[in-house]
Amino acid sequence: MVSTLTMNERHIALVISSFVAVLGLVLAASGRHDLLEPHGFLILLAGLAGVFVILHGYFDPEPGPERLSSYFDEPIKVGIVLAMIWALIAMFVGDWVAWLLAYPDFRFDAAWSSFGRLRPIHTTGIIFGFGGNALIATSFHVMQRTSRARLPDQLTPWFVLAGYNLFCVLAVTGYLMGITQSKEYAEPEWYADFWLVIVWVAYFVLYLRTLARRREPHIYVSNWYYLAFILVVAMLHIVNNLALPISIGSAKSYTIFAGVQDAMVQWWYGHNAVAFFLTAGFLGMLYYYLPKRAGRPIYSYRMSIIGFWGITFFYVWVGSHHLHYTALPQWVQTLGMTFSVMLLVPSWIAAANALLTLNGAWHKVRDDATLRFMMVAAVFYGLATFEGSFLAIRPVNSLSHYTDWTIAHVHAGTLGWNSMIIFGAIYYLVPQLWKRERMYSPALVEVHFWLAVAGTFVYVFAMWNSGITQGLMWRTYNDSGMLAYSFVDSLVAMHPYYIARAFGGLLFFIGTAVGAYNIWKTMQPIPAAERTQADLPVLGELSRPILQAGE
Amino acid sequence: MGVIERDPYTGHGTTGHEWNGIKELNTTVPWPIWAFLICSVAFAVLWWILMPAWPLGTTYTKGLLGNDVRKDVAAHLRAAAEERSVWMRRIEKEDFAAIQADPALMKNVREAGHALFGDNCAACHGIGATGGPGFPNLTDRAWLWGGTPDAVFQTIRVGVNSEHPDSRSSQMPAWGRDKMLKDSAINDVVAYVYSLSHPGGDGKSSAAQLAAGQKVFADNCAACHGADAKGKTEVGAPNLTDSFWLYGGGEASIYNTVYNGRQGHMPTWESRISKTDRKILTLYVLDLGRAPP
Repeated sequence: MVSTLTMNERHIALVISSFVAVLGLVLAASGRHDLLEPHGFLILLAGLAGVFVILHGYFDPEPGPERLSSYFDEPIKVGIVLAMIWALIAMFVGDWVAWLLAYPDFRFDAAWSSFGRLRPIHTTGIIFGFGGNALIATSFHVMQRTSRARLPDQLTPWFVLAGYNLFCVLAVTGYLMGITQSKEYAEPEWYADFWLVIVWVAYFVLYLRTLARRREPHIYVSNWYYLAFILVVAMLHIVNNLALPISIGSAKSYTIFAGVQDAMVQWWYGHNAVAFFLTAGFLGMLYYYLPKRAGRPIYSYRMSIIGFWGITFFYVWVGSHHLHYTALPQWVQTLGMTFSVMLLVPSWIAAANALLTLNGAWHKVRDDATLRFMMVAAVFYGLATFEGSFLAIRPVNSLSHYTDWTIAHVHAGTLGWNSMIIFGAIYYLVPQLWKRERMYSPALVEVHFWLAVAGTFVYVFAMWNSGITQGLMWRTYNDSGMLAYSFVDSLVAMHPYYIARAFGGLLFFIGTAVGAYNIWKTMQPIPAAERTQADLPVLGELSRPILQAGE
Repeated sequence: MGVIERDPYTGHGTTGHEWNGIKELNTTVPWPIWAFLICSVAFAVLWWILMPAWPLGTTYTKGLLGNDVRKDVAAHLRAAAEERSVWMRRIEKEDFAAIQADPALMKNVREAGHALFGDNCAACHGIGATGGPGFPNLTDRAWLWGGTPDAVFQTIRVGVNSEHPDSRSSQMPAWGRDKMLKDSAINDVVAYVYSLSHPGGDGKSSAAQLAAGQKVFADNCAACHGADAKGKTEVGAPNLTDSFWLYGGGEASIYNTVYNGRQGHMPTWESRISKTDRKILTLYVLDLGRAPP
């Protein structure tokens, strides 16, 4: 890790790590007797760990100038490993809370294990831990390959990766202690949010610098999506987390928005986290790895353009469909609903463009589980976006809202689309990055695929049934004109579906564990003679000089 | 770009660029996509014209249909109340006996009572109203505070040991923990109380012990539970001679009750649900204890 850094970068890294350590100490001191104290020490520890790692490798030989004619892949490898670790933790917790819903006593009666604290560990662990690390790792890979340019320096990618994971750790450990802003998908408190802004700006600048160094005249579609993801997430994160801490020594802050404005800002954030974190970034992944693996050209460049601009333009309007039939003014709800309906077209354009790209390669889809992961991801993307637009229609929403149908919809997206495309990309990347012919066991990739598909189907069908049953029970009247069922009646009716859902989640989790084992085995050292060639940037056609930062 | 490269499979030309091996075809956008896009935009524009949609500074476009969700909800609520008022008004006016005598009205009570009970009472008394340790079974014949409609209605209104000024209140003292009775006296009275509902006794207690227990009972317990131990509904003291037990009727449970005392709690519902709804609940729980018609 440190051996990839130049001496100059090692010095800067030392300064940054020391700064983080001091910052942690300051927070721990100012937040004594507050929940901020343990987090201050955690940040101090992270800074000290950074200092230790750098000093430990400080006298390693510097990388030679020949590095500049290769891609910088070490952070990608680490990012993939981190993504898989987060996946295992967060899917385990997810299945745990799923069992908790069926059997509420399954939690040792401790404060930290209550549903309200475990659930955000699942969502943050999956979206930010698993999804975020996979996005960062694949974006580092895709931006270099499609720009035919090495990352501009060695330090920034490491900083982005380490800093981002520090944010994730602060988030989930905070939940266990009861630290939360109570904003869905934006639970971490002010100091963690502040840190993420720094990391995110570094990520954005890194992306732009790499693109600026590209040897290609045009910017590939994947990069449009990755850039949209980074830029819009920065905007969402900053606005939704505008809050005033009680004091510099307190973990607690209060949002500057109030009432329905707060709700609207939160769901503008929440839905666009889905749009730009879980959709735009992942479409970037899809647009690179699917045609690569299929060996087919993208079906239509024109569809790429309409899809991209449609998605980026329509999505930012639709957040209000999370607040149908609430105190939110009706006109905002109308806008949210109509833009959601229009959004279906560009979403399906993107899904269709991916599936039509597979024309001429369907035999590969049949034979290759890695490509099949990507194909299924595109299908579920189409399914989930259709369902999303459908559920955003107000009368439909009056049945589905607050029921498990929403959970079915979200998991059709996260299990069927996001996870599948990540696994497809990882199975493509791991042999290439570790210079292997193929994965340790293609049979296990196949096992993982079928476990993931089966788990997703069981999960989604259980929650569809549960949600629609629930929604109908809540609105059934008897002859006396009274509600026929109490809320408890609907809970009793949910019980079997909750067991089925937890079982589906378990299948998915086992699949991930199989995948992690397979990746672990593939990473094991092999003799140099058996390694495959690294893919190197094809030099030439250099339109402008490529500079290494700091030289 | 020179000669356009064609994809042999689809016959479409490429855009002429390549990124690390990925090419793009310049395929035209299929017409259904344009049709689909035009339809969805047309729907949106139409909807904006018909419904409240766009902000205009301090107001917004009201839409040609003049739709207002708040008015809609109010109208729906009025219509629903109107529909229910046919039988609701009778429940409001008529007394308990008259309602109980009317099978059609009791059908309304059962239908309305189910969800009312499930949403308000089931959390403690159970969805079937069969209770549990510490929470009375409402389907049996034992009533701590009386089982007449008026008594049950009053219990629901003010609660037990609640913050309501007229709350029913009762407390079983902690005879052992607060050192009001010696251990031996507690053991005696527990054996005696146990024998009241188990005519054979537990087979271990001697006649002398039971006699001693009876004395302890008369001196300490009879004030609330009555000399015959059949309880007093005025103070919510249970009958100890029957087979209904709120906290368990085994010797260990009785010992625990005598030693540590008991003080149940039921919230007051007066400010939480309407009088009519409380009346419905009263009739509903009394109806549960009867054999099905």
